[in-house]
Order: sequence, then C-alpha cells, then structure tokens
Amino acid sequence: MVKLIANSPFSKLLPKTIGTVTLTDIDSGKMTLVAPFKGQQKLVSDALKSTLGVEFPAPNRTLGKMPRSVWFGRGLALIIGADCPDLDGAACFDHSDAWAIVRLDGTDTSAILARLTPIDLRESTFKCGHTARTLIGHMTGCITRLGVQSFEVMVMRSMAATLVHELTQVAKNIAARPVISA
Amino acid sequence: MRIAGRGFNRCAPLVTFTFDGQSYTGRAGDTLAAALLANDVRHVARSFKYHRPRGMLTAGSEEPNALVTVGYGAAQDPNIRATTLEIYDGLTARSQNAWPSLKHDAMAVNDLLSPFLSAGFYYKTFMWPKSFWEKLYEPIIRHAAGLGALSGETNQDTYEKAFAHCDVLIIGAGPAGIMAALTVARAGADVILADEGMAGGGRLLSETYDVNGRPCEKWAADQLTTLSNMENVRIMTRTTVTGAYDQGTFAALENIVLGNPEAPKECFWRIASQRSILCAGALERPIAFPNNDRPGIMLASAVRAYLNRWGVAPGQTVTIFANNDDAHRTALDLIDAGVTVAGVIDSRAGALALGDYPMFAGGQVIATKGRLGLSTITVLDCNGTHDIQTDCLAMSGGWNPTVHLTCHMNARPTWSEDILSFVPIDGAIPKMLVAGAARGVFSTLGCLAEGIAVANNTLRELGLIESQIDIPTAENSTYHIEPLWQVDGKGRKWLDFQNDVHVKDIVLAVQENFRTVEHMKRYTTQGMATDQGKNSNVVALAVLADATGCGIPETGTTTFRPPYVPVAIAAMGAGSQGHGFAPERHTTSHKATLDRGAPMMEARLWYRPSYFPKPGETTWLETCNREVAMVRNHVGICDVSTLGKIDIQGPDAGAFLDFIYCNTFSTLRENRVRYGLMLREDGHVMDDGTTARLGLNNYIMTTTTVAAGQVMTHLEWVSQALRPDLLVRFASVTEQWAQFAVAGPKSRDLLNSVLDTTIDDENWPFMSCGSIDVAGVQGRLFRISFSGEHAYEIAVPSRFGASLFRLLTAQAEAMDGGLYGMEALNVLRIEKGFITHGEIHGRVTANDIGFGRMVNQKKDCIGNAMSQRLGLLDINREQLVGLKPVEKTGRLTAGAHLFIEGEAAVSENDQGYVTSVCYSPTFGHDLALAFLKDGLKRHGNRVLLVDHLRDVQTWCEVCHPVFLDQKGELSRG
Repeated sequence: MVKLIANSPFSKLLPKTIGTVTLTDIDSGKMTLVAPFKGQQKLVSDALKSTLGVEFPAPNRTLGKMPRSVWFGRGLALIIGADCPDLDGAACFDHSDAWAIVRLDGTDTSAILARLTPIDLRESTFKCGHTARTLIGHMTGCITRLGVQSFEVMVMRSMAATLVHELTQVAKNIAARPVISA
Repeated sequence: MRIAGRGFNRCAPLVTFTFDGQSYTGRAGDTLAAALLANDVRHVARSFKYHRPRGMLTAGSEEPNALVTVGYGAAQDPNIRATTLEIYDGLTARSQNAWPSLKHDAMAVNDLLSPFLSAGFYYKTFMWPKSFWEKLYEPIIRHAAGLGALSGETNQDTYEKAFAHCDVLIIGAGPAGIMAALTVARAGADVILADEGMAGGGRLLSETYDVNGRPCEKWAADQLTTLSNMENVRIMTRTTVTGAYDQGTFAALENIVLGNPEAPKECFWRIASQRSILCAGALERPIAFPNNDRPGIMLASAVRAYLNRWGVAPGQTVTIFANNDDAHRTALDLIDAGVTVAGVIDSRAGALALGDYPMFAGGQVIATKGRLGLSTITVLDCNGTHDIQTDCLAMSGGWNPTVHLTCHMNARPTWSEDILSFVPIDGAIPKMLVAGAARGVFSTLGCLAEGIAVANNTLRELGLIESQIDIPTAENSTYHIEPLWQVDGKGRKWLDFQNDVHVKDIVLAVQENFRTVEHMKRYTTQGMATDQGKNSNVVALAVLADATGCGIPETGTTTFRPPYVPVAIAAMGAGSQGHGFAPERHTTSHKATLDRGAPMMEARLWYRPSYFPKPGETTWLETCNREVAMVRNHVGICDVSTLGKIDIQGPDAGAFLDFIYCNTFSTLRENRVRYGLMLREDGHVMDDGTTARLGLNNYIMTTTTVAAGQVMTHLEWVSQALRPDLLVRFASVTEQWAQFAVAGPKSRDLLNSVLDTTIDDENWPFMSCGSIDVAGVQGRLFRISFSGEHAYEIAVPSRFGASLFRLLTAQAEAMDGGLYGMEALNVLRIEKGFITHGEIHGRVTANDIGFGRMVNQKKDCIGNAMSQRLGLLDINREQLVGLKPVEKTGRLTAGAHLFIEGEAAVSENDQGYVTSVCYSPTFGHDLALAFLKDGLKRHGNRVLLVDHLRDVQTWCEVCHPVFLDQKGELSRG
C-alpha cells in the first residue's frame, strides 16, 4: 500500500556551517497553538501545568524545555514537543507543520541575528528562555534564545528557503569580515 | 613628501596602489590623500563647474575637493573622499570630472568663461526655445558639470545592514568621547563608542602634545585598549553616525576594510540607545581670499594631521594664514619636523609668534599663483605687499563645532560670539547631551573634563551611580580668534569648493533678492552635494550677513539634514537584491513544479505555476488550452495551498461568522461547506471564499490568496474591537495544510484510488467536507469546485504535501489527466463565471456582482448598513455581466471599456469596463467578465468593446456571467 512520505520544510538545504555558525533544521514534533477564550487563561494554564508540566507563558517568555510553552502573541502560546491535552477553555490549533525552525549555534549567532532583526538581543536584555515575535529580514517570525550562543528562529513553513538564504547571506558576510562587529 | 621617523604608522608595511593609472607606494594606515601627498601628488581633482585644479583641503570626512572613483565596471564607486579612503594593496583610484586627463582638462575652458557662468546663469540663459532645455541644454550642462558617475551596470558588491542596542551611544572617540565612554562604562552601562576614523582618538591622532604625561596619541590608544577590554563596551571604528531619529535611534554607516572581495563594503547600522552623548568635535573653516583654492592650499589642522599622523609634509616651504592662535601649532610642528615655514600671516594686529618663524601680524593673503599647484602668495600687511614663494599654505578661519546631529530633529544652533561660530542648543535631541569641541570647548583639558561631566549627567539620568574619574592633565590654552571671513583683492574668493561658489555669487544672490539663507543656498548651490558645506557654510553665512546688512545670528543657518556623510543606497537596501528583495513563499509542490518546467508567477509572495508545458507545445496558450480540456474531460490537479485558511473555534464561532459574512453560517450543518461573501465597513465587497463547518464549534474559512492577510487582520479587528463579547479564537492554518484541487469528471475515481476508504456521491455530496485518510495520513476533503466541474480539494499536513502531490499527479496522468496551472485555472473559472479580485477589486458591492440577496437583512453584519446607502443601490451602477464576441474571432481585452453603438468612445459615454478575459477552448472564442451600467437588464444587448491602449474594437453580446453549466449540474456530479 502506498504511504505518504514526510518532508522537512528545508528539504536538503540544512544543516550547514558557515564561519563559526551552524544552522540546523529542527523538527519539534507536535506543535499546538493554544488560544484561551476570554477569562480562561488561568484555567488553561493550570491544565497545561498539570498535564504537561508547563504553564501558559508570560509575554516574551518560554517555559520548560521539552515540552515547552512559548509565548506566541497576544493571548497565544505554542506548545512544542507534546500532544496538547483537551482544553475546554481554549481553542487549540495544530501547527505541527506550519513552521520552519532553524537552530543557530556558534560564536557569531548574535551578530547574524543583529543583521536580520531589530530587537535587542543583548544577553542582559534577551536572556535564555526569552522569546519574541519579530521581523527576521523581511519575514515575520519568532526568535527564542536557547543559550548564550544558541537561538531558535521560526518562520512560516513556506518561507524556509528564504530564511536559509537570508541566514546564509549574513553568515557569509560576517565570515568574510576582517573584524566582527556585532 | 614623507618625513623620516615621523607619523604614527611609520613602521607599517608598504602598500601598492594606483591613482590615474600610475602606481604608487604608501603605508598601511595611510589614507589615499596622505599617500598621494607623500608621493608629492597635490593635484587630484577638477572642480564641479569651472574644472579648476584642486588638491586636498582637509584630512577628514568633510573634504570637498579630493573625490575619486574607486574600481571599474559594475563595482565602480564614485565620489569617494581620498581623505578617508584607506589604501590597500590593489586599490585603483582615479580622478573625476576631467577629460582627457586631470592635467589637461578640456572643460577647464569653463573657467575662462566664468564671467558668463555665474550663479543661476542657466536659469536665465537657457530659457529659449523651451523645448531645447530637456533635449539640448540640460544634457550639455549635466555632461559638463558633475562629480563621478556610476557605471550603469548592476553592482554585485555586497552591503550589510544591522541593528545595535546600548544604554549609551557616544558619538566620536576624541578626548571628550573617550572620557565619556570610560565614565559611563565604569558605572556598568552598556556603551557603544562610534568613531568615523579607522582608529579612535579624534584630534589626538593629529597633535603632538601630551595627555597625562603621555604623547596624546599613545594616551588615546591606552584608553581605547582599556575600553575594548571591558565587556560592556563596544567600539565601532570606521563608523560614522549619520542621522539622529526618534526615540533614541541613530543611523550609522560603517566602512568595512576593503581587500577581501567576499566581504561587504559597508554596513548601515540602526543603533537604538537610551541616552547619547555627542562628542563629534569641530571642523576647521577656510578663509575666503582671492584664489584660495589652488592645490597646496589646505586647512592648517589638515597640514598638522598629515605631518603628525602620517609623517607627510604637504609642501617643502609652508606658509600659514590664520585669524586664531590654534593655527600657530602648525608652524611649530612643521619646524619641529624640519620643514621650512616661510611665514605665519595672522590677521590679528596684535598676534604674537609662538616660535621662531617669520610673522606677519595684521597681515592678509591677497593673491596666490600656481595653476596646478601653489607657488607664490602675496601678503599685505602694514609694511605693504610681499610675495612669498611657498608650495603649501595652511589656512585657518577658526573652528566650527560639529553641530549637525543636534539639528536633525529641527533644532537650530545658536551663535556664540566667543568662538565666532554656532553651538548646539540644549535639548536639541531628546536624551542627547553634547560634550567637548562639539559644544565649543576647544582646549584638550576642557574636552576631557566635559566628557566626564556630561557622562556623569547621563548616568544620573539613567539612575546609575556616577563614576569618580580623575581628569587627565592636558593643554588648556585659550582660544583667541578675531573675525576674518573674506579678504579684499582681485580674484574669486572661494567659499564652497565643491560647488564652485565664491563670494560674488552670494552677493549676486542678494542682488537678485534671494536674501534669506535658504534662498541663497538654492540660488548658488552653496552647501549642497556630498560635503553639504561642512567647511564653507559658516563663512558663506557671514558673507551673506555682510551683503544683507544683517548679523550672522539673524541670518541663521540652513537646515541640517541626515545623512552627515553620503550613504550608498545599496547600504540602506542591503540584502534586498535578487532573492533578498522579498520573501518567497513556496508551496510543498514547488520543486516538483519546477522539475516539470512550469514558469512561475507571483501571487503576493507565493510562487504558483502558470502552466505545465509538454514536449511539442510552443506557446502558453497551447498548453493552457490542453489543460482546460483535460479538466473538462478527465481530471486535473492544482496546488491550492496558497489560499488563506483560517481555523475559527469557540462557542460563538457561528455568531462571529454571521457578523463577518453578509450571509449566515451559524445555520450551516456540520461537515458542510458554504460560499461566503464579506463586506468592508463601507459596504463594498472585501473578499469571498468557502467556509466549512468541521464541528459544532469549529469552522475553517478559506480566503483568496491575495486577501489572506487582509482578512486575518480584519478578523482580529472585529474580534478585538467590535465583538470582544464573543467566545471565539482563530488562527491562520494556511501553512499547516497542503491542499490540492482535484477537478474533472474523473476526480472521484482518482480520489478513490488514493483514499484509504472510498467515497461516493451519497456520502460526499456537493459542498460536503470531512476527515479522510489518504495513503495512511489523516487529512481533510472538501467537495467544492472553482472550475464548475465535479471537483474536490484534499488537504494533508504540509510535511506530506510533496508526497501527496506526486501521488495525485501520477494517478491523474494514468487517467489521461495531469497538472494544470494558473492560466488554466483562470479560464476554467471565467467559463463558470466565478469572480476573483479582478472583479471584487474594492469598488463593487454585493449588488454589483449579483449577490445582493446574500446580504441577509435579518441579521447585522459588517458593511450591512452601509451597503444600503442609496448611492450603492443606484440602478445606474455597473453590474457584473458576461461578454461574448459577436464574431467568433472577435478579440476581448481586459481593461477595455464598453460603449453604446453610435456614441463616441470617450469617457463621458463610458458604459463599463472589462475585468477578466480568456480564450475559452470549451466555447472556441474569447469570453469576458465585465461591469456594465444596469447590466443585469441588458443581457442580449450589443455593446462595443474599445481598448484604446491596444487599439482593439470588438462588438460584444452581453450575457449572463456564467457561461458554462448555469444550473451547476456538473459540479453536483
């Protein structure tokens, strides 16, 4: 019997290393966008905590590692890495295939992102576990800090090739610079 | 010439470069100007208008004369200041605005004609005949005058743009900037110290005095090393802050050291800071004396810079002409270096020599000689006139604080009688303080002390503890200056060297009643072009004030606008060439589509196939006709993932949709689909599409591809602002699902070959939907049709999209079907009379498109009330109709207008317009959708289609917009 094959949004574009930075395609498995109805966020947060161990995150914050809850806009959280339980007080949208996710590791990751996003990525401001919905080049997306030199960047799945193009271009530029300014 | 043992880069390795084809050697760390002067090349440019020989005037970014073009072909970069361009091995620079050579420039004849070419001459001279201006006069003038030129080829160089953030941005790393940075950094604030030079230090790199007992350039290097070792400090050299904008945002341009062709040339920074401190220093200004523009005449501070920093004497016998003490340093440094100083001409009667050099107190330079390089000056003092042989004249008319950035948000500087210049006003830029020479404090000690003081003020504003830092010891001389703007004498006294503006031009502007400073600027071009009059503006204002009889403070300044130095558009638009121009949205079938040779078309950011050519097909129309017939007779596959898909959930989802759509959705049964039309608040149609009810509280809305974002924004607006009472949430799931149309009489057969459970007409009637399993994957199936055929749309999670696309394609091809693209899709929908945004273009109502009855008057919805306005119900409004050519071969064109027989085809007689056109292989002739006045009642009438642009006139029959299967029997199977 014929079976459909699953493909990564990045196809064969990743992984790649440019200069000091490595770009890796991340498949986080199940991802659910949780949108509590009016007045239900506390109940939804409690339900998430009891079933998955992570609460509904505060704005610009993530909670947990896997599963992880990521603030995803006004009244929205993305639950990553686990099946989302039935939540009476929230709308739940399957987003497992909606995003192209790249992990950036390496010395120049901040320098690369500084060329693509206007947000303040200084370690004192944008700490490990912080997240932001923002611009990445011309794209809207999401940036999360995973470590001092590690970030996760998400854009719409259809823009995967553009994300790789943009990251590759700025990484090449930085690698070619005599001195890194970032 | 190079002075042995002098220059801060005296031990640097040698670098080879070319200028005007001649090979030269310089030292790493030299600017092109320094390296050329070291090789005794003084004449480097021709002036803008009169093509006068020019040399370097300055040693910094304010340079008006020494502009060169770097590189060749596509990479050619014009108007680069030789005074800031660092040399590197392989640099090829050449002079500009000269033909056939810099030395023998044919257009130098302009200089002889200068009496006829005064300011504004072309406004008066080239008036007649009118048509000659554009065709003859302007091209000639543009050819004769000008700076460097681009190649006209696409530049392949790489540029960058980037963002940076800090607590305190310090602009300028001279003595004030260094102390400010140390003070702020030691308090723990995040600091960015930006400086336009290749190394920080500012004037300290060009002087010879001590700071804290150390040679000043060494002291600066020590402090910068200390700063660079602090984690909270970022030093950005070669970075010029070019503009001050709202909310603490600054633009800056970083020049990246050249040499690696892979590296970007420039980086355009946007720096966001909580506070900023401007320590931009000051710029020396020239004196307007006769023929003060010869190569070899430069600013006194520039002579010191070339001598002390790069070990280059710009001449063998140097003279100095000044109205202040500061310029005397130049004489002392030159003597110390063993260079002959032939005299210091100081316009102040009581001026005293500070060393052993001939002094002409109360003297002025009244004439100069030397066409391609200064040879002689004539000095007038109380003893009469004296000719002095000199190949370099260092002049100083005083110093102007660099106030530019403080004026970028519309503040004007104020006049200071103490320093005879403009100084910034407090609060000119919110949260910016100014320190040092930029505020008119000219002693080194004063600058160091101010840097600390202003930094501590900044720390207080930030709520941080002040730093206790000792002020280093340094020179603390008083700045003595007396006014000297222009010198009487025969010959032109140049003000704006770049634009060839001299004193008489200003006087002429006043005579012509261009008396205000802004009018004078436009009349004379004073202060325009790449240097923006950094050296010349204040002197020109003084001359203007003199000519009008007003004081300088009353005369005021022109408007200072960003950027402070020229910024390449390529830097501001970095990364936006080619694929970087806009994001590309690819469907999951993108690669398979390209593999089949389908040309792509853009729909917003999505890339969709136009058609899928087969071997032997030579035109798009041939392929399109085949694909249409294939769908009508067999089965076709089309990727429709690009349509917006919005998942709507909640107990009030139905009520929400009733409010959004003009028709009703709360009554829709589960597993059923309904066509919906939504209006804008003004009653016009916004978008259309199908919405399926997947569950009791769950709908999935489909939008058009182009309006997906607009509709999503609209839903957010309605939910947040108009109906916050409803328990409903929604999210875009466009990217989650890959969706494919399966259309044609064999569509169900095809699906049954891939679905895990077969479907039939009874369980899956037209406009039904539900879950299915396809090749082991759970998906969704919608029985909907945009072609008029028996059709479905099947959706699977996107990771399976490419795989399902291949499977569907293979199955279709086995059934004499295959893929179809946007061209065929368009023909299919026109034949069926389905609208797109070609029809619902923003100016039509539901009535106009024949859907007036969908606006349910039993409920409220967005746009309902406004759609009932009399103007929108007028019977004379244009209504959607179909058009067929009366003659089968008649050509219909989109955008054409419609007229009645016998009436002229002019806009007054316009009856309507054509929105969509296709050649229909099904009917064998063109079809069109159009809007026609009172169109519903005119079916069967004849109208004349007139396309003035394409020169087409075709008689058409007005008909129902649904050409094919008006009863919908095909789609119902």
